Amino acid sequence: MNEIAAAHSIGAHVPLIDGPDKVSGRAKYTADFVAPGLLAGRIFRSPYSHAEILEVDVSAALRLPGVKAIVTGADCDKTFGVLPIARSEHPLAREKVRYRGEPVAAVAAIDDATAKRALDLIKLKVRELPAYYSSKQAIAAGATTIHAHRSNNVERDVLFELGSVEQGFRDADLVREGTYDCAEVCQNQMEMHAAVAEYDAIRERMTVYASTQVPYYVHMMLAQILDMDMSRIRVIKPHVGGGFGCRTEALNVELIAALLARKAGGSVRLVINREETFITHRGRPQTDIRLKLGMRKDGRITAVECECYQRGGAHSGYGIVTILYSGSMLYAIYDLHNVKYIGKRVLTNTPPCGAFRGHGTVDIRFAFESLLDEMASELGLDPLTVRRANYLTAPTFTDNDLMVNSYGLPQCVDWVEQASGWRARKGKLPKGKGLGFACSHYISGASKPVNWTGEPHATVKIKLDFDGSIVVLSGAADIGQGSSTILVQTVGEVLGLPLSRIRIITGDSEVVPKDNGSYSSRVTFMVGNAAIDAAQNLKRVLVAAAARKLEANPEEIECLGELYRAGAQDRGLTFNEVVVEALKDSGTITVTGNYSTIPQSHGGKKYRGAAIGGTMGYSYSAQVVEVSVDEETGVVNVDKVWVAHDCGKALNRLSVEGQVQGSVWMGMGQAMSEETAYHEGLLITGNMLDYRVPTIEDSPPIEVGIIESNDPHGPFGAKEAGEGSLAAFLPALTNAIANAIGVRFNTLPVTPDRVFAALEKRRRAGNGNAGKASNADPR
Amino acid sequence: MARILELVLNGRRRVDAVADNLLLLDYLREVVGLTGTKTGCDGGECGACTVLVDDQPRLSCLTLAAGVIGQRIDTVESLAQDGRLSAVQRGFHEKLGSQCGYCTPGFIMASAGLLRRNPRPSEQEIRAALGSNICRCTGYVKIIEAVRYAAELHAGGAAP
Repeated sequence: MNEIAAAHSIGAHVPLIDGPDKVSGRAKYTADFVAPGLLAGRIFRSPYSHAEILEVDVSAALRLPGVKAIVTGADCDKTFGVLPIARSEHPLAREKVRYRGEPVAAVAAIDDATAKRALDLIKLKVRELPAYYSSKQAIAAGATTIHAHRSNNVERDVLFELGSVEQGFRDADLVREGTYDCAEVCQNQMEMHAAVAEYDAIRERMTVYASTQVPYYVHMMLAQILDMDMSRIRVIKPHVGGGFGCRTEALNVELIAALLARKAGGSVRLVINREETFITHRGRPQTDIRLKLGMRKDGRITAVECECYQRGGAHSGYGIVTILYSGSMLYAIYDLHNVKYIGKRVLTNTPPCGAFRGHGTVDIRFAFESLLDEMASELGLDPLTVRRANYLTAPTFTDNDLMVNSYGLPQCVDWVEQASGWRARKGKLPKGKGLGFACSHYISGASKPVNWTGEPHATVKIKLDFDGSIVVLSGAADIGQGSSTILVQTVGEVLGLPLSRIRIITGDSEVVPKDNGSYSSRVTFMVGNAAIDAAQNLKRVLVAAAARKLEANPEEIECLGELYRAGAQDRGLTFNEVVVEALKDSGTITVTGNYSTIPQSHGGKKYRGAAIGGTMGYSYSAQVVEVSVDEETGVVNVDKVWVAHDCGKALNRLSVEGQVQGSVWMGMGQAMSEETAYHEGLLITGNMLDYRVPTIEDSPPIEVGIIESNDPHGPFGAKEAGEGSLAAFLPALTNAIANAIGVRFNTLPVTPDRVFAALEKRRRAGNGNAGKASNADPR
Repeated sequence: MARILELVLNGRRRVDAVADNLLLLDYLREVVGLTGTKTGCDGGECGACTVLVDDQPRLSCLTLAAGVIGQRIDTVESLAQDGRLSAVQRGFHEKLGSQCGYCTPGFIMASAGLLRRNPRPSEQEIRAALGSNICRCTGYVKIIEAVRYAAELHAGGAAP
């Protein structure tokens, strides 16, 4: 009887509700907040990669007229970090500096020019220590310890073997091993990091505006480093110009702004520049992978042995989780048994890495899908045949206890096969052109929250008052992915109301319920489900009120959004009339909705850290990439990408397409042109010319197929759409290049000079044979 | 050194006293208070600061305010007329040419500049006109769709 009304917007192409603000310049980002009396903040950064701090002398800087406050490591002995078990970073370095660019001191002055001059007056005295810029150097015998509690410079060692790889390799018809080197990359989101901290010295309250994906984490870390009660802190998240994981942990920027504001007894605006944003980093670590696969003649994988070294940078951050994802997410895409994983997260004297879109799954997937392609070729099998030989059958649990209830990968593979004309065209393209194929997947939020408090995983509140407008209150952080629109859509859908009836407030800890944040693609799934729960609770209240007014039973009431009636013949009540009635009970109506993940989704216990990878639902992606390679110059052009993404259910088809295209393209950047580079620890790619993000002229048409496997737990069946398609691009590209020119690249990015060098080497070795090309792909 | 800056900003004449080394970008954001135009990089790399100077797209982070005395400056705040979004604004909104929105003002001004001088651009011309604007969210696919749609609306009478 009281069914959800006919779909109003779920599944439609819905422009984002804050679109008009963005296109008119009205949307405010953190750096847009200007107020009289706002002090300008600047950070003094270490020019040393690794050194013991002997003295930080700020006396001359303090004497500069216009300087209001200076903070150093002496002002804060607390550490912060996103994982409760790995908080070893100070907002301002104490005792040691561990990477070039690490904050050592900060200045608040009446204007930026004065703050900048003050930095030049700060004197840092150190005793330099040996510094390490590669995993190999850092873990070599006799290397100096970077963090005292990690004496061998390994932040985390992971080892597991499930099944028997020895037996699996014996059962194989073909065993091959490859080594892969993926360069470090970073998010390069368009908005540089910024924070505005307002300290009310009279009331002893701190308000911080931060460009963050995780206001809750920022709130907790502010309390920690300020040694201040959480109840005296307010965190506001304005519009955010992209995240992709770079701000999925509290950054030194917002913490330093707060320290400055408190010391100055006022308000400080700390906006760091693009180079500093690169240095703040939290990107994807450089990774060395050794992968060995066993395969039968029919394509069935019999064993997987994977060794992975991540060059994590100077602080732990998400590191433990990243190295665990690389192992656990070998599973849940294909039916694997006999898997051995050795992972090492290494500390080095470079900017700390973090959780970059796709997290630890990306580089591993590059290696895996590349080696599958190579072995398929050797066995004379079509790469799609190999995937098809290894499909999971859902519902199922993997050997490492990951729960898979919906599995749209087969439909994704079929879709791209069709759309790209794979069967007709593969092997028949003109010289220099090639097609490549790969798959990937991702979680819809980690089932076990980072901070285990026993609370529901997500909470949403809805307010309804005399004016008949529905206000959704959520801590969910919209960072451009459109989460606010999704929440409004889900509430509108349950209540049968148009989106214009519903507003949403987010991003103010004083007003909205706490949310864990926008990372690991949790928001649609977790917060969407909480929003549905809240809307259903509200609907119950409204139906009960309508029943009272119409002198009927609640079961007889039909909710048609703007109309509530007791049977088809009844004139019924308008929405506003129902509201008036409902208010009589309690005054302003507020309802709560919650969502919690189920224990079966929490991953396993078969090895230390086995919970990482556990989720309520995995997205799946299949891609075909078409390339043209200019053999004279080594330039690779991506002509087109076909991508099918299983998102369970597309709540907003427009934003699903946009997210899938954006993630595929981001994969393209990593695969073809992006690489952070350091010279003795000095970042030399701290700008957007040297860190080469593809422009519109480099970027291909990307055709998206939406596959809907209708997850039984997802909100209206939905799973994530923002991360799962990134990883497949990397191997699909190198598989396409191998198809085009018979050269396989295992090192990323595949830049024109590397392609040229490989072709040159082959040319010198003789026409088309031998040389670096290890497995020439049959044309 | 201070200069007297006279120009027409978003259709209105303004007279300000500014430092002669003040960037046009900082003039707009800090002196006038129009924060729609964004800083995205350390100079000339990303296009987020694009405005129109006499209808030509210019990077305001590489332009001195004193360098545009007497000229007509248009920022993203000037496009909506009588409460209605312009053709380009509608394109970026309705076709999801904008996700996080940070690059959006720069793209919109570059696109508006394109349509003002070339109302029926080909896809190649769109790509060439927007080659100096970086977006990190969209992969540019829906940006191209947005501009194409804007061109249709413009052909139907809407101001770009």
